[in-house]
Amino acid sequence: MALMRWVFAAVLLTLAGSVVAAGIELREFDDPVMEQRYRDLTSSMRCPLCENQAIDDSDAPISGDMRERVYQLLQDGQSDIEIINHMVQRFGEYILYNPRLENRTYLLWGLPIGLVVLGMLVVVLMVRARRNASAKALSAEERARLDALINRERSS
Amino acid sequence: MTRRLLLLLLPIGFVGIALFLYQGLGRDPSQRDSALMARDFPAFEASTLRDANRQVDQSLLTGEVTLVNVWGEWCPACKQEMPQLLELADNGIRMVGINYRDTREKGLEFLSEFGDPFEVNVFDPEGSLGFDLGVYGAPETFLVDADGVIRYHHKGYVSPEDVRERILPEVEKWR
Repeated sequence: MALMRWVFAAVLLTLAGSVVAAGIELREFDDPVMEQRYRDLTSSMRCPLCENQAIDDSDAPISGDMRERVYQLLQDGQSDIEIINHMVQRFGEYILYNPRLENRTYLLWGLPIGLVVLGMLVVVLMVRARRNASAKALSAEERARLDALINRERSS
Repeated sequence: MTRRLLLLLLPIGFVGIALFLYQGLGRDPSQRDSALMARDFPAFEASTLRDANRQVDQSLLTGEVTLVNVWGEWCPACKQEMPQLLELADNGIRMVGINYRDTREKGLEFLSEFGDPFEVNVFDPEGSLGFDLGVYGAPETFLVDADGVIRYHHKGYVSPEDVRERILPEVEKWR
């Protein structure tokens, strides 16, 4: 039992160690707003090498370089948009988890909205068609047939 | 009749979107174009690998079509592609190396062991020129035209087939 506990503790320690190792350099921020911007920027950029990791939790050397650059540019007083442009200029649109709205991405951003609008249009048309059909006045022939049916019902 | 037509549009639209999305599914995300394609080679200032006192800048890459190879001693694929690069240099193509995230000692060791097809090697120990080039792993190879504009980019190992089928035709095209 004691052995089990030891093994368990060792496993936990190893796991914790690897988490700390993957954890990223400590950075000093005087300004909590800037710290938040740093977190937002580094979590919104994809590591170009490892493909499905944001640069804020990637061990790849290039991710470290990119974090360092984001930090430096923040210290230089650049805006978020300037920093994003700086990175996209070098590594391409690929690194953005949220592609920017431009000619190439109109379809990407527009298609879901377009499909929802189309769906709503279809529903509206269907409802209207059904309403029209039920509100249609009876023709003379139909009215005569209806009267006949009602009279038969009454007389029986 | 119009109702039929409208109903037919639904499956057609579905198949269209499905095909569009399907062809994206089969793409290799690691084979994407460099963001620097058709742009000027980034400005830089650095010393050369062989001579710490010799300073070079982006004007090094104008005047002639040049292949720029980003390499490091720590990179196994760089060693494997060396014979191909030597062959390219033998064909009279101007080669410039960027010694990326390396030390002078190791870089020079690499050149004496695997050969040196490069007219000059830019020493980039911090990887700052590599960063401006959008390099995220070595080897990478760029073709720069006589005006210093990046015209072709090859990510990763250059095989003998790559030399024959892609790089040589591109060099001819921009000469």
